[in-house]
Amino acid sequence: MIDIVRAALVIARRDFTAIVFSRTFIFFLIGPLFPLLIGMAFGGLGEKISSDSLRPVIGLAMAAGDAGRMEGARAALVERVGERTFPELKRLPGGGDPAALLARRNVGVVAIVSGSIRHPVLTGKPDDIAMLEGDVSLIASAAELGAQLPRVTVTRRPVVTSTGAQDQARLLTARAGQALIFLLTMLLAGMVLSNMVEEKTTKVIEVLAAAVPVDAIFLGKLAAMLAMSFVGILFWTSGAVALTLALAGPGGLSALPPPAVGWPLFVLLGVLYFAMAYLLLGSLFLGIGAQAATVREVQTLNMPVTMAQLLIFFFASYAVDHMGSPAEVAAAIFPFSSPFAMIARAAQQEAIWPHVAALVWQGLAVVLIIRLGVFLFRRHVLKSGSGGGRLRWRDMFSRAKA
Amino acid sequence: MIGDPTTFQPPYAVEGHGLVKTFGDFRAVDGIDIAVPAGAIYGILGPNGAGKTTLLRTLLGIVDPDAGHRTLLGDISPLRRAKEVGYLPEERGLYPSMKAFEAIAFMGALRGLPLKIGRERARALLSDHGMGASVDKPIRQLSKGMAQTVQLFGTIVHQPRLIVLDEPFSGLDAINQEKLETLIRAQARSGVTILFSTHVIAHAERLCERIAIVAGGRIRFEGTVAAARDRLRPQVRLRTRASDGPWRAALPADTMADDGNWHFDLPESGMEPLLRALLDGHAGIESLSIERPGLHDAFVAIAGEVAARQMEEEAGDRGEQAA
Repeated sequence: MIDIVRAALVIARRDFTAIVFSRTFIFFLIGPLFPLLIGMAFGGLGEKISSDSLRPVIGLAMAAGDAGRMEGARAALVERVGERTFPELKRLPGGGDPAALLARRNVGVVAIVSGSIRHPVLTGKPDDIAMLEGDVSLIASAAELGAQLPRVTVTRRPVVTSTGAQDQARLLTARAGQALIFLLTMLLAGMVLSNMVEEKTTKVIEVLAAAVPVDAIFLGKLAAMLAMSFVGILFWTSGAVALTLALAGPGGLSALPPPAVGWPLFVLLGVLYFAMAYLLLGSLFLGIGAQAATVREVQTLNMPVTMAQLLIFFFASYAVDHMGSPAEVAAAIFPFSSPFAMIARAAQQEAIWPHVAALVWQGLAVVLIIRLGVFLFRRHVLKSGSGGGRLRWRDMFSRAKA
Repeated sequence: MIGDPTTFQPPYAVEGHGLVKTFGDFRAVDGIDIAVPAGAIYGILGPNGAGKTTLLRTLLGIVDPDAGHRTLLGDISPLRRAKEVGYLPEERGLYPSMKAFEAIAFMGALRGLPLKIGRERARALLSDHGMGASVDKPIRQLSKGMAQTVQLFGTIVHQPRLIVLDEPFSGLDAINQEKLETLIRAQARSGVTILFSTHVIAHAERLCERIAIVAGGRIRFEGTVAAARDRLRPQVRLRTRASDGPWRAALPADTMADDGNWHFDLPESGMEPLLRALLDGHAGIESLSIERPGLHDAFVAIAGEVAARQMEEEAGDRGEQAA
């Protein structure tokens, strides 16, 4: 075992330095900045687009007086509940058939209100009618009341603790933690797919396989990629913290609600679960990628692998909303979704022991997957063993025979 | 511990008994028995596809045999002895971006040699062999021959007790082939066991104490080079002035004649009765020589004409590639 670890470290060190000290690594580090910068540049515009263009516009084909009262009522309601809630209103020349008007080009409305305030008629597609009917009714009701629209004052009584609110807040933290781990794993673990191709194309694999157990090769490669990922994460996290401090001050860091296990443990678990998610998916990808003979084959494998990752994330994501349900327990037990499900648990439940158990279980799964990858690699790439035949557990765990 | 040639060595550095390795329906190694004495230079000869590489990979533990068993430096688990073994595969493999001395140190580190020592030794090896200027060059900037030499140094940097070389001479020009022969002899003098495969008979003839001739996944001959040559009778080459006479009856029945030149195996009875008959019969001896057969002749006799021709063609092809 010591020999395997020693050999793995030699391989990990070589891989790590080869990646980190290469010119391309700088692109790897600054890569995530591009979407961030683009997001910041276009974020404001996007928000404006979504608030202006995506809000439905209703045409008012009513008498001028009624149209004016409708507009006044909308303004009064917006003042109380905010701009985003209500559809836009746009006056249209009255007298025409609303259905004919909607059929014309460049009318620029989703539906048309005709008739009177007391008896408004909403013309539009069934889905739009279903969506806008309530809004139109509310605006018309307010217009009917006009200045008599009552304003009831709410007495404020703030409390420190609200379990329901806390649960909602922790759900947000759970989702954020889960999304972050998934994003990082998806970005980084996929790189492991092509990790053996260099050794196979340069024939270095023969030198490695003759000198050290294949387990050490797999372990070393995974460790190198994990270490490289941590360098990236450290760089990005430092950048993100610095940016947050610069833009929002120290308070900006506590924007997320505190998780159930507390921030320090949550962060530690986050690191551990990322490492586990990375090792689990990484060992699987390494095993799959090791079977590929060329870069082209690896590229072909990329898409199904990404889809599989998404499926796992959706599964874990679904489980977050159903804490304690069979689906959530299954997500926590199934090795590949376990890290995502468990980080969500850490945000929502105080118990520590499930995390200890989950980490042990995930570690065991990593070992099993590596062994399976090694077994398949020895059999199909190195052509060791009798070739073909059934996959036997005994063969998987046996060392090189005499 | 890094390989120390002064420590106890079992009588055989490498042993394999009844080794079988199949790929699908193809039996690459078909029941091979082999025993490489410790401290010897041992050659495995055979044409491409004979099973040499598969045999070496099986003995080294890169692949497991389907049947039979093996020991490497007395251990039934070859990888446990990896630190004491150096291996140069047939298909050379180095990381192109690695510097020459780092590549050597890395290969040593894989076999348990601390990187610091490996780097020192690598620099010394490269300098001692006239490659001092290439120490810090990435492998991709080296010529094929130089890269091959770097890999060879990576094979010996940890001072192994056993060195296994798969077709070590292929791809090397004549000068580098000679250097490699010198290096192999130097290693053997220090007590290291050398096991190498080759299809160039001349190298085996010059270097090896013992050889195994492999063809069709089986060992056709195993023993000393002299024993291989002794399997053929010495060849007599005779030139006479007379083309016919009673003396001809003294020549063996399968003698080949060619315009006064006679070629035949040395008779069982030796040269004296034949010589007497030639003199008494006034054959007019112009020249007479007795030639001991070379390893090539022995190989032809053992592995067959087709295998020998195949090996010569391969050697020619590789020589052209190296040139």
